[in-house]
Amino acid sequence: MQMLEDKDRIFTNLYGQNDWGIKGAKKRGIWDNTHALVALGREEIVNRMKDSGLRGRGGAGFPAGIKWSFMPKEDQSRPSYLVVNADESEPGSCKDREIMRNDPHRLIEGCLIAGFAMGAHTAYIYIRGEYYLESTRLETAVEEARAAGLLGKDACGSGWAFDVHVHRGAGAYICGEETALLESLEGKKGQPRLKPPFPAACGLYGCPTTVTNVETVAVSPTILRRGADWWKQFGRENNTGTKIFSISGHVNRPCNVEEAMSIPLRELIEKHAGGVRGGWDNLLAVIPGGSSVPMLPKHVCDTMTMDFDALREAGSGLGTAAVIVMDKSTDVIEAICRLSHFYQHESCGQCTPCREGTGWMFRLMQRMVRGEADVDEIDMLWDVTKQVEGHTICALGDAAAWPIQGLIRNFRPEMEKRIEAYKQARRAAE
Amino acid sequence: MPKLTIDGKEIEVANGLTVLQACELAGAEIPRFCYHERLSVAGNCRMCLVEMERAPKPIASCAMPVGEGMVIKTDTDLVKKARKGVMEFLLINHPLDCPICDQGGECDLQDQAMAFGLDHGRYKENKRAVKEKYMGPLIKTIMTRCIQCTRCVRFSTEVAGIEEVGLLHRGEKVEITTLEKAVNSELSGNLVDVCPVGALTSKPYAFNARPWELKKVNSIDVMDALGSNIRIDVRGREVLRVLPRIHEDVNEEWITDKTRYITDGLKRQRLDRPYVRVDGKLRAASWDEAFAVIKDKITGLKGTEIAALAGDLCDAESMLALKDLMANLGSENIDCRQDGAKLDASSRADYLFNSSIAGIEEADAVLIVGSNPRWEAALINTRLRKRFLTGALKVGVIGEAVDLTYDYDYLGAGPDTLKEVAEGKNAFAKVLEGAKKPMIILGMGALARKDGAGVFALAKKISKKFDLVHEGWNGFNVLHTAASRVAALDLGFVPGKKGLDVEATLAAAEKGKIKAVYLLGADELDVSKLKDAFVIYQGHHGDKGASVADVILPGAAYTEKNGTYVNTEGRVQLGRLAAFPPGEAREDWTIIRALSEQVGEALPYDNLGQLRQRLIEVNPVFAAVDQIGQSDWNDKASDKGEISSDPFVLAIENFYMTDPISRSSETMSACTAQFVLGKEQGATGTNG
Repeated sequence: MQMLEDKDRIFTNLYGQNDWGIKGAKKRGIWDNTHALVALGREEIVNRMKDSGLRGRGGAGFPAGIKWSFMPKEDQSRPSYLVVNADESEPGSCKDREIMRNDPHRLIEGCLIAGFAMGAHTAYIYIRGEYYLESTRLETAVEEARAAGLLGKDACGSGWAFDVHVHRGAGAYICGEETALLESLEGKKGQPRLKPPFPAACGLYGCPTTVTNVETVAVSPTILRRGADWWKQFGRENNTGTKIFSISGHVNRPCNVEEAMSIPLRELIEKHAGGVRGGWDNLLAVIPGGSSVPMLPKHVCDTMTMDFDALREAGSGLGTAAVIVMDKSTDVIEAICRLSHFYQHESCGQCTPCREGTGWMFRLMQRMVRGEADVDEIDMLWDVTKQVEGHTICALGDAAAWPIQGLIRNFRPEMEKRIEAYKQARRAAE
Repeated sequence: MPKLTIDGKEIEVANGLTVLQACELAGAEIPRFCYHERLSVAGNCRMCLVEMERAPKPIASCAMPVGEGMVIKTDTDLVKKARKGVMEFLLINHPLDCPICDQGGECDLQDQAMAFGLDHGRYKENKRAVKEKYMGPLIKTIMTRCIQCTRCVRFSTEVAGIEEVGLLHRGEKVEITTLEKAVNSELSGNLVDVCPVGALTSKPYAFNARPWELKKVNSIDVMDALGSNIRIDVRGREVLRVLPRIHEDVNEEWITDKTRYITDGLKRQRLDRPYVRVDGKLRAASWDEAFAVIKDKITGLKGTEIAALAGDLCDAESMLALKDLMANLGSENIDCRQDGAKLDASSRADYLFNSSIAGIEEADAVLIVGSNPRWEAALINTRLRKRFLTGALKVGVIGEAVDLTYDYDYLGAGPDTLKEVAEGKNAFAKVLEGAKKPMIILGMGALARKDGAGVFALAKKISKKFDLVHEGWNGFNVLHTAASRVAALDLGFVPGKKGLDVEATLAAAEKGKIKAVYLLGADELDVSKLKDAFVIYQGHHGDKGASVADVILPGAAYTEKNGTYVNTEGRVQLGRLAAFPPGEAREDWTIIRALSEQVGEALPYDNLGQLRQRLIEVNPVFAAVDQIGQSDWNDKASDKGEISSDPFVLAIENFYMTDPISRSSETMSACTAQFVLGKEQGATGTNG
């Protein structure tokens, strides 16, 4: 497969070589004739987005155009809100940070387009608290856009009143869940809400709201400018377009890179990240979409295609496309144990299975790392993950269960070996 | 009306119900912990998961609204497995200390673990321990048992209107806490009821009894004029605790702390045998001796020289018997208005809470005059708050500005402001004018004063001017503080044409014109004025009345007799005997009946049935139990006398001590110290 050419890249300042301010942004074509995009009208924008097949970049991969179309068409009684989820906290993911740090205007322009398409006059960008530099740049960029008349009563001369507010989170992973984010934005404790009602019916302050990922919003103006057909030439059916991949772990050159969807995993790692440390054969496993998705063992990675559907078929997921590479030096049980600790720490504690289950799973995993367990307990661990999965208010329970399920599915012999070794050591000591 | 299929059974239910409610209607039991009918839906315990066709995951039935054509399954393997899983999670960090837990035997967790849980535990790690929290003198906490259902948080913020209870931290470390503050609400005891496990239990009742040892008697509370429906739990002759019963139109399912924690007051300061004053000192006597002394003293007295006063906790039967006895003795000097409230017994609608308690939920404006409903009838205040939270109720207050747990417009302190409203000069007049169902609540603070009749007339003027009473709505409300008051007024326990009222009786007794006074549980008086009169005190506690008595006749407290009570809205309710009166004490009407025979004026009823017939004869409202009965409205109000400018003073100074029983209760004095005098005590979390 041919590498994505620079001319087809949307994020032309991903690495920050150029000016992130408004002047540089305009040079890169941002804010170019934006009012003409707005002039397409709400329906046309939504239709074109649907036509492009863009799927949400936050992890779940829900078609963006369809999501935008859920917003009420005519509702005089309540305002509509666009909320941009910039609480990027998934271990392994660092794509939104680069967008906000180096190309904030692309996001702000996207806010205007997406907001207009939803009938929203206000957008809130909820940014992860630790992203301090990014939040200051975003705020500066919003100021610049306001000063230039790109936001305000008559944004870009389109006749649409639109403003963007940046809100910093306080460092809770759960606030990346859309309804917990809304709670937090309202000034409450960040705990997910029950659904239904969905945010499109009853979201921020009880008003229709769409919560959407930074990357999804940021790519939308370009899709409208260059057309759905241009977008659809990348990737494959139902998995169209380009995507930023964050490659980390045991590779020679960890990086963020914008590539076409459906790129083979091996090609992605070897072309852009300088290959696996010690060569492809030194690969142990890959977590393909951020810490929440099950890992893939090497033999699956050999032929894996990086898109939503292919990864789902393989029992994993594209998630945020944060590729975590682990070579053979990795203690894979300990790696997953560390993730379990993360979820135990970040569980909001609201609902029973997640509150109690994440702690139980973490403690079991700690024993698995030492081998201080019975082989039966691997089955019990599996059972516990199944008792958490699908029984919680939000997806954090699932996210905590899946990595462990991936481990047991792919590395059960490793776990049994560890247990046997521990037993032998005990016997020898006695 | 959506139709849905539950376990293969088709059922049509009302719109807006949840799947859980629909399942109950269909006869499928759904286990739950966090769900509570009267609180907002939290959906966090996940115990109520059911299977819904076309849903990829099991759904929380408590949070899912019903929809047309839903297919719900509650008995599949998937559902059973989900319940087992949740149950197991709830128990892994639960201490399983049921043998030493006060909730044992009435614990939702225990019951549901038996019904839906696994038969063994698989959790081998260390269990979580949570430090106890200090929540005041009424609530004992063992927070390790908490399952974080947040019912207590929701009850506090939604119903009680206090923000002191909350959930701190996150994940495994979440904790319910009050930040080491006592829960300052007169409804805090309900936290014990809403808690599904043994995390919040009753402190005064700690380690007292197991539920299966108790005899349960349904009765009526007399701590305020609301007539809360209660269940009295007794073991032997001892009342161990009081719990609420559900009555949607009265107390829903809450009761106040005074109602709940009064029980130790029933054991202290009791009058358990007759006494006679000899040489200035009370001496124990037999019934015959006591009656002989009374006979001796009142024979020869003229009717006009005898008076009778009824207290706040009396049942209707004993008051009627006393009224009849006084009539036989030729006395018209009877009164039930100890506080001097200027209430007229001639028209029933003039002294009732006419809009009814449940009717508050239809009101859209309320003017509260001289009353603190939070202390005088906490559950009426809860209703007002419930209505206020819907956004449909505007509240104006004239009197003392107190925290009512909801926002109100403070209009002024005294009758002058009321006059302004009546003349349409106050801004709140517009609110009343624009309201469809406006209300006025007259507290005893407005009526129990010299110019009470004038204030009453002014309130009637307001009700006429702003159309408070119209077809299908009567917004004219008197809020009583005494449980006996409405029944007494219904029976006409007020002075006859030439009779003396409370004030006049006391004055006459001081001057020696009244020679004998019969106090039926009347303690809220200036008893020093009775020094020179012959005082008969019939009651259950050695309080103010007993201190000046020449003869004490030991009666029964409300838990010890079958009695009829009428609450502030005019609802007739029956209290039942739960335990027998102590020692030689007797049910009150029988004492009066026995005395009547001794003084040669035998009353014509020999049993409770006959006495109740007589009740109905005197006022037919007593015929229909749990009904409010007829009360015709009239606009008439005689303009009586001058109205002073003195501000209204609230009728209750201390919620926790309003009557002889609560004054005898140690628990109530602890509450007084904590909440009224403001001495925060023992706030360390470990002693309690």
